Amino acid sequence: MWSFSEIANNLHQWLTGQFNDTWTLIIEMVLAGLAVISLFAVLGLVLVLMERKVSAWMQVRLGPNRVGPKGMFQTLADTVKLMIKEGVTPANADKLMFNLAPFLAIIVAMLLLAPIAFALNFQLWDINIGIFYIAAISSLSVISILMAGWASNNKYSLLGAIRSGAQMVSYELSAGLSILTIVVLVGDLKISSIVASQANGWWIFKGHIPVIIAFLTFIVAATAETNRAPFDMAEAESELTAGFHTEYSGMKFALFFLAEYVNVFIVCSIGAILFLGGPMPLHIGNWEGFNHVMDYIPSSVWFFGKTFFLIFLIMWVRWTFPRLRIDQLLNLEWKYLLPISMINLLLVTAIAILKWHF
Amino acid sequence: MTKEELKLNITEWSPASTFDEAGQWLNINVEANEFLPFMQQLRHSEALCFDYLFCLTCVDWKTHLTMVYHLSSTKFRHNVVVKVKLDRSKPEIETVAHIWRTAEFHEREVYEMFGVHFLNHPDLRLLILPEGWEGKNPLRKDFEDPINMIKL
Amino acid sequence: MYRETEIIKDFSTDGNGDMIINVGPQHPATHGVLHLVITLNGETIKKIEPHLGYIHRSIEKMCESLTFRQFIYVTSRMDYLSAHINNHACVLCVEQGMEVEIPPRAQVIRVLMDELTRIASHELWWGAMAMDLGAFTPFFHAFREREAINDIMEETCGARLTMNYNVPGGVVNDLHPNFQKRVKEFLELYKRKVHEYDELLTENVIFINRMKGVGVLSAADAISYGCSGPVARGSGVSCDVRKIYPYEIYDQLAFDEVLETDGDSLARYKVRVKEMNQSIKIIEQLIDNIPEGDFVAKTKNVLKLPKGEYYQRVETARGELGVYIISEGSTMPYRIKFRSPGFSNLSVLDKIARGGKIADLIAMMGTLDLVIPDIDR
Repeated sequence: MWSFSEIANNLHQWLTGQFNDTWTLIIEMVLAGLAVISLFAVLGLVLVLMERKVSAWMQVRLGPNRVGPKGMFQTLADTVKLMIKEGVTPANADKLMFNLAPFLAIIVAMLLLAPIAFALNFQLWDINIGIFYIAAISSLSVISILMAGWASNNKYSLLGAIRSGAQMVSYELSAGLSILTIVVLVGDLKISSIVASQANGWWIFKGHIPVIIAFLTFIVAATAETNRAPFDMAEAESELTAGFHTEYSGMKFALFFLAEYVNVFIVCSIGAILFLGGPMPLHIGNWEGFNHVMDYIPSSVWFFGKTFFLIFLIMWVRWTFPRLRIDQLLNLEWKYLLPISMINLLLVTAIAILKWHF
Repeated sequence: MTKEELKLNITEWSPASTFDEAGQWLNINVEANEFLPFMQQLRHSEALCFDYLFCLTCVDWKTHLTMVYHLSSTKFRHNVVVKVKLDRSKPEIETVAHIWRTAEFHEREVYEMFGVHFLNHPDLRLLILPEGWEGKNPLRKDFEDPINMIKL
Repeated sequence: MYRETEIIKDFSTDGNGDMIINVGPQHPATHGVLHLVITLNGETIKKIEPHLGYIHRSIEKMCESLTFRQFIYVTSRMDYLSAHINNHACVLCVEQGMEVEIPPRAQVIRVLMDELTRIASHELWWGAMAMDLGAFTPFFHAFREREAINDIMEETCGARLTMNYNVPGGVVNDLHPNFQKRVKEFLELYKRKVHEYDELLTENVIFINRMKGVGVLSAADAISYGCSGPVARGSGVSCDVRKIYPYEIYDQLAFDEVLETDGDSLARYKVRVKEMNQSIKIIEQLIDNIPEGDFVAKTKNVLKLPKGEYYQRVETARGELGVYIISEGSTMPYRIKFRSPGFSNLSVLDKIARGGKIADLIAMMGTLDLVIPDIDR
């Protein structure tokens, strides 16, 4: 069958036939790097356009509709504009940190793409601590925001960064705990085995109500971790003008912007992998015929379909709700989400031990 | 209370004040030295209860300045206008900001626009005009600004 | 430089380790050039000091060199969101000294336009306040209805925002033939869509949490600070000029003065939303009963007001607007004072914001509905 994993395998075989092992590895790494960068660019363009179209649809207006058919090239034009704009560094800013921060943000987002399963048996790096790796790396992104906020030498930026620090540290807990529920059920940290464990049904269906609760907690925490409304404390344009990236312009701003959207994509793909089977087609128990029909839809379509559905959910929430206040935000985490996900984890552990899940 | 009743009530405790009934409301002219107790009585008297200062301004009559206070009562819905004549060269009057808090901002506006000094005002600084405008009072009749023409 | 000391102060903290932050004159939440110097302890507000004057045009001084017919139109630029009501206040004040009888048709037209303006103003406030709180969608939903009003205005008055439709003695020209039809269409649209307002904001949990108990203003403070309009009515102070000191035909109309007693931002929000419905009620009463006849009374070309003082108060969308004219008998006013509602409403900000968070300040500024040209004049 024509699939990503086969292309990768064929390419690998052809390369090993042409070169020795070392060169093959080097070429493959270069190719993977190029693939990630181009995926970045495409994702940025597609997601920004999607956000603008979705928001326009919800706000009874048309959205971009001038550049290209139905405004499809609008984001491309915006990118060109951002690239040729001057990147101003404020006079009293901490120059090194100020210029480093956007790159740190984008590097973190790139590192996170490594273990994502875009299709069945198609990953850049199926590391054996996959999900732990994601949790560990994603917590680095707060550093770039703190750096940007501190180095800008702007009080609005500083307030935004401090808010963001408090927020991300808090919400990582419940995000981690809801990820743990699936790890407990699967018994493995490896992404490929998490996907494989859902061959007879996705965890959101197999795991009873506790997994659904974990899924909702994860979506809330993911929205908070990516600093998206209603948790966009770090930016909060009506309070802090633009929060941590007030002083950024041109491409440096664009990198933050891109990192935000790629982070949205990553958390949504993780949500899809953990709870919705990722690239695994919709299988129901032992219904051979049904499962076989579902297999005809390529696994990459399943993966991107699920991911973009979750992205749409997050966008929907963003364009509907007002922003929370910082103390309400922290209350929500520490007083509600964290206790709920702790008890939930206990329940899931019981389910896993007693083998009550399907 | 009607105009007449107000007049009777006020004459009782402030015989020195004079009245002018030409406009829609009762106008009371008060001397600057009796001003503060007069206003306090207007605010705190049970029968009058003028608790709402809805307009505070000043008029430049070229020979003198007049402070104009428009008062009304949210309880009895009667209105009264208090006027105080001030010396144009050295206008000074007691503040009423502690009786009606809204006066604090209005008095700051009058201070910069007319140069009236409000004694015991909690925070008498320029509010609207930029720094360095002390002494030039735009709403006085003799104010000239050759750069920013105000006259058409 | 402009207020140099303030700018230098901005880069330092005071001795207590408090941070001083400048909100404005360019800031997304101030909706204009309001400049607030805020002393912060962490995110908690300790003190707010407004600095005004960035859009001060000295309208009062300008009016002293304009005739009684001309000065009315300058006032459209004060509170530009209720421009028609400002003009209305001015013509009423001038008419006090004119001894002219206003044709009933003109009175009804003026009141209709007043109420349409009030709805348009509240629509904009509703959308902008939601945007301040981080919800962008309501803004567009509000503008959908507001556009309908602006179109009606454009058809009849020729302008969408600063209508300049009033003249002493009546209105400047007759209603457009489509007026009644368009207003009815608008009423229908509004009623069909108004439930979206409640769904989007009024019943939203996050919104209620952001607004409830924020910026509590007691009734006594509201009176002492000279608050008026929805700000005072949110604290339970009855201050609707249309009810207490009726002008035009308001005493013949059936509508309620909306009062809430909580005094917090949510109460002020509710007052405005309910006020829109009351305005709809007034329009419904009038739209089919516009009397035939002249739309403007015969007046002299050169307008001279007799020597004396004239004061007229009206209820704009933001509260009580007072126009105080002193005439010396000439064609121009000797002195004009505009008592703008925003100026007094702003003065209460420091009182209610202390102890709140920055985010609360945004909610409070939203519900005080500050229009900066109205404050600065």
